[in-house]
Amino acid sequence: MSLKDKLVSSYIAFEDHLEDDSPIHDLRNDAIKVFEEKGFPSKKEEAWKYTSLNALLKNDYSIFPNNERSIELKDVRKYFLHDIDTYKLVFVDGVYNSFLSDTTHDSLDVCLLSSALNKPKYKAVIEAYFNKTAVKDSLTSLNTAFAKEGAYIHIPKNKEVEKPIEIINFSTGNEAAILLQPRNLIVVGENAHVQIIERHQSLSKNQVLTNSVTEIFAEKRAFVDYYKIQNDAHTASLVDSTYISQEQESHCRVHTFSFGGKLIRNNLNFYQKGERCDSTLNGITIIEDKQHVDHNTLVHHIAPNCESHQDYKGIFADSSTGVFNGKVYVEKDAQKLDAFQKNNNILVDDKASINSKPQLEIFADDVRCSHGCTIGQLDEEAMFYLQSRGIGKKEARALLMYAFANNVLESVKIPELKARINKLIATKIGVSLGFEL
Amino acid sequence: MLHIKNLHAAVEEKEILKGIDLDVNPGEVHAIMGPNGSGKSTLASVIAGKEEFELLKGNITFEGEDISELDPEERAHKGLFLSFQYPVEIPGVSVTNFVKTAINENRKAKGEADMPAGEMLKMIKEKADMLEIDRKFLSRSLNEGFSGGEKKRNEIFQMAMLEPKLAILDETDSGLDIDALKVVANGVNKLKSKDNAVIVITHYQRLLDYIVPDFVHVLMNGKIVKSGTKELAYELEAKGYDWIKEELVK
Repeated sequence: MSLKDKLVSSYIAFEDHLEDDSPIHDLRNDAIKVFEEKGFPSKKEEAWKYTSLNALLKNDYSIFPNNERSIELKDVRKYFLHDIDTYKLVFVDGVYNSFLSDTTHDSLDVCLLSSALNKPKYKAVIEAYFNKTAVKDSLTSLNTAFAKEGAYIHIPKNKEVEKPIEIINFSTGNEAAILLQPRNLIVVGENAHVQIIERHQSLSKNQVLTNSVTEIFAEKRAFVDYYKIQNDAHTASLVDSTYISQEQESHCRVHTFSFGGKLIRNNLNFYQKGERCDSTLNGITIIEDKQHVDHNTLVHHIAPNCESHQDYKGIFADSSTGVFNGKVYVEKDAQKLDAFQKNNNILVDDKASINSKPQLEIFADDVRCSHGCTIGQLDEEAMFYLQSRGIGKKEARALLMYAFANNVLESVKIPELKARINKLIATKIGVSLGFEL
Repeated sequence: MLHIKNLHAAVEEKEILKGIDLDVNPGEVHAIMGPNGSGKSTLASVIAGKEEFELLKGNITFEGEDISELDPEERAHKGLFLSFQYPVEIPGVSVTNFVKTAINENRKAKGEADMPAGEMLKMIKEKADMLEIDRKFLSRSLNEGFSGGEKKRNEIFQMAMLEPKLAILDETDSGLDIDALKVVANGVNKLKSKDNAVIVITHYQRLLDYIVPDFVHVLMNGKIVKSGTKELAYELEAKGYDWIKEELVK
């Protein structure tokens, strides 16, 4: 049985099991129909031209893991930002782990989507926001159909959350192959501030395919900083679809650090609905072997006087492959816009490749839009300069790669996270530099 | 110290150096002058070990060892330094961190431990003061957005920190106003000793008023066609290069 057939036939049993009065019952039924009709995306679709899921779909994934596997804090501590206090939402093989988590309902909600979907007091929020910004494509629809667990974060008006929130999805390898479909809903009220870190981490060498969907709603003047750390095992793949809806004068920034995984596809979508919104999409990709990372971004400008900034850096070694497909869509009313998009890549080895496709679609006449991409090797003159100062080839390369990626790190606002990413980059590049990064 | 014998070098199969002989001893200052395209910068790059140049013939020995086949960093470890005509910008790496990395990489190559942080700071402060470099300058990204003068001053600062046995200054005077030129020249003079040597590559005699050479060589069409003392520099300044060409024809 194909994975698609398996999913479609499992759906009825899944939906039967759920509480009858779930407010999203109809959404689920509609979503599975969309998935059944469209199936998994294929290379025939323009947006999937350079990323094929075919090989991944051959695995016999377990859709509903049988047992909850417990994990010890000491074994996974390193995946947390352990040097500062954070709220934590931890899921193990798709199941909430209360022991590793640190939730709250005290002046803000950092809790589970499962309880938000089932408890009457959240009904209004769920009805107002759930699945309201997500696109009805096949993979997002598949996630919606099976949406059951994930993070539910609601920051009320004027609340500045004092510590970051970590969302971590572990997979233990309890099953030979597992399909995980976390679903996150994040609502940030007027003038509220929040920092969120999301991570997917496989703890074994078994096959993992994660089809994650996150919806973020930023109300007026809200500030959202979202960090995605993608440094997973070589047997773990991720399709991450994030939808961000921004109201007037809100600031949303998403940083995506893609350092590991078998195949990663990021669908990052911003919708600017109010005036003077500011969106930032930053990414650093450093991969090797046969790893594949695909950034598919959309910034949809609807209202005037807004800004968007995209800066994606990629370093590709061995026969790794990358895709950058960035679209800026400017509607007729989105005048006085400042949209900027940049994608720079370094191919370290001859077999590495990147397909970069920046796209601008502009229907307004008074806007400032720029985009550009570069693909190159490390600058030989710069290498000679460093070497002539006594710096060995390996360190010189590392220094140049570090310098190349550095400006993206500048905008990481959590010092402990920045230090951590710095370390990950140094490890990834394979040297310890002669100074504190 | 440095002995270059019958050096022929090419880039992309085009021969640029066509038989250079040069001997530099400790304590000496040599100036290499010549018109544009004569091969001055190529000579500097070949001595420093730039890979894009192919050595066709001849060899380069430094302190008795043939260094022709060594990587640039290995030559640096032996005490060679090249001040670049166009220093490269390295965003995200501060001048201080760059210099620290360079010094410790050199020490590592010699099997020495990293320089203690206190000692490093003291040295940085000392050398920065000597070259009238502002403290704020040291925390800026290496060469990024630097003016021409700042870049050259930063090159000499690195030279001061690395304390090379032989420094090659490639067009260090270009882009410098007279005040900056004096500061840079003054720095170079303070670093001079009987144990080290300097090769100054320049277009103009101007720099040689401040860094006084023991020998002046004229490089034309890939060869040293004339050598002399500092008076030769004045003669070149006054008469240009054509008279040498004519002399050669005779």
